[in-house]
Amino acid sequence: MAIIDSLQKISDTIWELPATYKDGMRVPARIIATEKLVREMDEAVYQQTGNVATLPGITRYALCMPDGHSGYGFPIGGVAAMDPHAGGVISPGGIGFDINCGMRLVTTNLTLDDVQPRLKEIVDLLFQRVPAGVGSHGFLKLSHGDFRDLVEQGACWCVEHDYGWKEDLELTEENGCISGADASKISERAVERGYNQVGTLGSGNHYLEVQVARPEDVRDKELAAKFGITIPNQIVVMFHCGSRGFGHQVATDYLQKFLKVMESKYGIKILDRELACAPFDSPEGRDYFAAMKCGLNMSFANRQVILHRIREVFSEVFGRSAEDLGMRMVYDVAHNTAKLERHVVDGKEKELLVHRKGSTRAFGPGSDELPARYHETGQPVIIGGSMETGSYLLVGTASGAETFFSTAHGSGRTMSRTKARKQWHGKQLQRDLEARGIYVRSTSWAGLAEEAGPAYKDIDEVIAATELAGISKPVARFTPIGNVKG
Amino acid sequence: MPYHYLEEVGTADIAFEATGRDLPELFNDAADATMNVMIENLKAIEPLETRRIELSNDKIDMLLFDFLQELIYFKDAERLLLRVRDARIDEKAEKYFLKTEAAGEILDPARHRQRADVKAVTLHGFSVERENGGWKARVLLDI
Repeated sequence: MAIIDSLQKISDTIWELPATYKDGMRVPARIIATEKLVREMDEAVYQQTGNVATLPGITRYALCMPDGHSGYGFPIGGVAAMDPHAGGVISPGGIGFDINCGMRLVTTNLTLDDVQPRLKEIVDLLFQRVPAGVGSHGFLKLSHGDFRDLVEQGACWCVEHDYGWKEDLELTEENGCISGADASKISERAVERGYNQVGTLGSGNHYLEVQVARPEDVRDKELAAKFGITIPNQIVVMFHCGSRGFGHQVATDYLQKFLKVMESKYGIKILDRELACAPFDSPEGRDYFAAMKCGLNMSFANRQVILHRIREVFSEVFGRSAEDLGMRMVYDVAHNTAKLERHVVDGKEKELLVHRKGSTRAFGPGSDELPARYHETGQPVIIGGSMETGSYLLVGTASGAETFFSTAHGSGRTMSRTKARKQWHGKQLQRDLEARGIYVRSTSWAGLAEEAGPAYKDIDEVIAATELAGISKPVARFTPIGNVKG
Repeated sequence: MPYHYLEEVGTADIAFEATGRDLPELFNDAADATMNVMIENLKAIEPLETRRIELSNDKIDMLLFDFLQELIYFKDAERLLLRVRDARIDEKAEKYFLKTEAAGEILDPARHRQRADVKAVTLHGFSVERENGGWKARVLLDI
């Protein structure tokens, strides 16, 4: 029997794999998606979500968001809340190697008419100032000691060193610096892989995009205005990147440490070595949590320095200050994290360790975690689509409790990179996109081909699914006009 | 073909299968498969600098895991692209030992055609097995 036949339809957007599906599942697995999206998902998504359901301390369900696709250990789009007071575990494979890979959205007060004539100049300069590609190094020259300070202080370090505005911190999850990051828990090797990479984009699905908010694509004018989208055909800048080699090494280091103690010391058996884990309340679990927070901070700092470079570029091209150009942050969201949060389960408030791997936190109105200016609106959620289609600004909703206030993070791939590369050619794709009004620069033709729009799900369908499921609500859709691809 | 990429594994990542008549050949091929994900024209990597790599592990699959991580480490820390030709692998007292001198050069965007950066070697479906008198490895790289 195909696994899809084991899925039970709970509602139009909830599909459940019962806990009886495979040995060891402690809770059911739930896919949050429309029927169309569920049918498009590869079978590994269900298997991987089912595997997550076997982890100790998992609460209510192992979840997968509408943009879900197969990953390693957890699926991409996976969400799991572990109860640390009931043996709950922390797992690097539930966070991803790219700790705090995330999105940042910045407004301008420029319109399409202002930017169109200078677009190539802007994108070419961004391509030069924000290094991308294999193992790229940034312009910041840090000592190992400076870098250790940076990973403990996150974006605050950057603002203190004049790479940003005070206001940027308030508009970043955790105010740009998660507390409890401890650089004594990271290896020298992790430092060596990261200290040269602050301010770099990376590659794969990482990008920096100049986008336009067309009037017909602003779905909720009032909310859009509160988030800074106020002018017809307003230009915004959106980018996606993470903690670079540093975060990848932190995850690799602890994956290996956990494999050594998981079964022998803690008696935990898993179905995939990428689910290696340790009890949250153990020396190994606590050490990883403190090291992983350094990864979170590195990523906040990386996006902060990139924002600084973007402001410099616009300022240089238009001969006006970034302040004068209205280059304010809307928000910065993290995709790959595990955070301690308070959630109500069966009528009782509990502290849970929420793993989100390729999923965005989406707190609704009234959450104490949000900055004062977004307390009434709910949290801005930034979801990037493929470079051809478009991206979205959404808002968290009060009805998101079912997914521990988590939603999608992108459009989600439907085709492997290896397959996509055989179907498209990067140079041709760049020409086709330019003809459609999207100017793209990339360090890699093959990498560009792998990111072709049709290799992804339909972003509009993914967004509609999150709205139908009540886990986030669209505010505005943005159309790309310029793209720097890693 | 000493290695090939798998179309149906890892939607956002890149999986490969490498083979070798013996362990040194398998390790060389797996190293090239990993580097080839990052650089399309491997032949353009000139052997201008060398790095000595010495590793040991109780398990042969984890020795390959450590070895591939080593290449990723040099790529980030020094932007150094390395290839391996003469890995020596010994088994003593139920432990495997690897010694090799890897050679390569600093990435030059003008000559090295980039594809995708490799973030990490994952352990998802990771295997090193004997097959038809030789060896086969299956690896999923995080992109």
